[in-house]
Amino acid sequence: MLNPAAIPLISLARATVQFDDVTALDHVDLTLNKGERLMLVGANGSGKTTLLRLLHGLVPCKGERTMFPLAPRGRQPVTAMLFQRPFLLSLTARWNVLPALWLHGVRNKAERERRCHEALRRVGLDHLANRPARSLSGGQQQRLALARAWAVEPDVLLLDEPTANLDPNAKREVEALVEEIARAGVTIVISTHNLGQAKRLGTRVAYLEAGRIVVDLPAGRFFEERLPREAELFLKGELPWT
Amino acid sequence: MNPFTDSVLLALQLIAHADAELLRVVGLSLRVSIVACAIGGVIGVLLGTWLAATRVVFRPVAVWVVNTLLALPSVVVGLIVYLLLSRTGPLGSLGILFTPKAMIIAQSLLVIPLFAALSRRLLLDGLTEGGDQLRSMGASPLQSALLMLVHERLGLLTITLTAFGRAISEVGSVMVVGGNIEGFTRVMTTAIALETSKGDLPLALALGIVLLGVVGFVNVLIGWIHGRTASAREAFA
Amino acid sequence: MDLIDRTRRFAASVLSAALLSTPVAWAQEKTIVMASTTSTEQSGLFAHLLPAFKQATGIDVHVVAVGTGQALDIARRGDADVVFVHDTAAEEKFVAQGFSVKRVPVMYNDFILLGPATDPAHTKGNDIAAALKKLAAGNDSFISRGDRSGTHAAELRLWKQAGVDIERQKPAGYKECGCGMGPALNIASSTDAYVLSDRGTWLSFKNRGGLVILVEGDKSLFNQYGVMVVNPAKHPHVKSALAQQFADWVVSPAGQAAIASYKIGGEQLFFPNAPR
Repeated sequence: MLNPAAIPLISLARATVQFDDVTALDHVDLTLNKGERLMLVGANGSGKTTLLRLLHGLVPCKGERTMFPLAPRGRQPVTAMLFQRPFLLSLTARWNVLPALWLHGVRNKAERERRCHEALRRVGLDHLANRPARSLSGGQQQRLALARAWAVEPDVLLLDEPTANLDPNAKREVEALVEEIARAGVTIVISTHNLGQAKRLGTRVAYLEAGRIVVDLPAGRFFEERLPREAELFLKGELPWT
Repeated sequence: MNPFTDSVLLALQLIAHADAELLRVVGLSLRVSIVACAIGGVIGVLLGTWLAATRVVFRPVAVWVVNTLLALPSVVVGLIVYLLLSRTGPLGSLGILFTPKAMIIAQSLLVIPLFAALSRRLLLDGLTEGGDQLRSMGASPLQSALLMLVHERLGLLTITLTAFGRAISEVGSVMVVGGNIEGFTRVMTTAIALETSKGDLPLALALGIVLLGVVGFVNVLIGWIHGRTASAREAFA
Repeated sequence: MDLIDRTRRFAASVLSAALLSTPVAWAQEKTIVMASTTSTEQSGLFAHLLPAFKQATGIDVHVVAVGTGQALDIARRGDADVVFVHDTAAEEKFVAQGFSVKRVPVMYNDFILLGPATDPAHTKGNDIAAALKKLAAGNDSFISRGDRSGTHAAELRLWKQAGVDIERQKPAGYKECGCGMGPALNIASSTDAYVLSDRGTWLSFKNRGGLVILVEGDKSLFNQYGVMVVNPAKHPHVKSALAQQFADWVVSPAGQAAIASYKIGGEQLFFPNAPR
């Protein structure tokens, strides 16, 4: 199971996340390696979103969460996150990316402008840079969110059901961009309800249920082998959504 | 003819005639309230932002204080400022009692709770929608609140108009700290109060109509400016 | 950062516009603050008198018009430079307390008893004491200002002179409004009540309803005005030199003539009586 060439970025050991009396994640063990495209599947409430937020460092946990410093200079991995419905400021597209760069620590104005322009160009929105972000279409808004995340040059990009709200065209555009980002060397973690998407994009698939990772296999094996009963049922789409 | 129609006609006559005294009074009303809203707005919005972002233990108390101060009667604010600025008071040496400066201070204090409470509410609502994602971009609670201020600037405009309405229509504090000195600290509301106490009710009502007219005109201006900037942005496509 | 630059420039222009529009009134302008009464200001006397004073001396007088009690309080706190009210007893107390060095009489006007034209209490005439006795005995409404003003103090004195102990036994229709002369007249005119007023406010009052003058000319209805400069020993910052110029001018032949020349509808309101 362990690939000796794998470079771990983030690892979770017996990680448990609780909100009041609800256990969102229950003793999760997971190691995220560089270059992986990990797909998280499972019903609503199974803990996919919490797992993403935990990987990003947004929630505290019991257990261990370790970030592995990267060679050669030993800096911490940078994580960025995309949400199902991106929150965009009521400003232009450009002015949604610039604050993200500033918050990331890019204090040089010229460099901010350069990276912003570059990010917008890569997602194909540079001609809309001065449009109000909220006037863009759903697909364009998600691409803008991608630009915002990509601009800070993350090592890990976490996406929470990024195409759930998009029409098929927009879905394709976003998936193409995600693949491009992955090709550029960014490690990807995506939570999705869309099994076709999981098959298309993933190198590794984890199935969650009630806050636990029940199945965690390379993509090829996940879709071919016999799985535990609940996972099978889920794949067959017979589990209720909640 | 009944006093209401009398007053409307009188108001139109006053505006058409535009005599120096009326212009002076209108001008002072606008100046005092606009400056007070600018000063009170900056302080109040910063306070509201802090209240939305902070996690200090006594925050609920601070919120309660601000909300309660919303009901502060203008005459009470006037008395407090009067006692502060009186020669026998702590700030007496400034010598600004019975001047427009004192009126600006009083009205600033009056609108600060309004700005603070309403901007806090505005930011909290905004942060409910986007606070999570701003945090995921690395924003601290204060940075999130400040970004949200920019995001909700239209809401801030509405809050400012509300505060301006409160300021320009109040009479209690400007009467006490200004003294309603003719040609110096007389504003629209104190002029209305004076004419009422003299028994000249049609004139008092007419001045009230003029006051509403002035505020209405300010609102038209703001709407026009807002329309211009919005369409300018559209033109960028 | 075009957005930030634009915001900064906008904020700067708003601020500078606000500040520039604030007249910088430094010490070049000669001004004094005079605490006086609402009835005096509302009579229009100051609009007539003060421009003449300014012409003579170049001094601007800022009049804060409130009730006599409040006017004297303002002066006690040093927030006014000169006081011009009409309550001799209170003024003498003010001097006795050391807040002014001297009180100088300036002018007088008179009070009048107003009431409904039908005069149910039969007060009409020129004997105020008799009129008040009749009011005390009956049920008719009487509006008192009840606000520690000069007029209120005069009213209480007149009741006392008429042998009526207001503190102990208020007449059946006695109502205190805690308000200025204008509002008191408003209440009286809309409720057909009796009310004591200074002639000046009455002459400029526009909402008369059915009110008419019923008692006038009685010597006790005399309303004496006095001017006092606030004592610089108590409040060193007071502009005593400028204030003294006002006190001197208003009792001078020029000032007294200006007072006498003020008329409403051809009628003289105030009668100068400063000692020569």
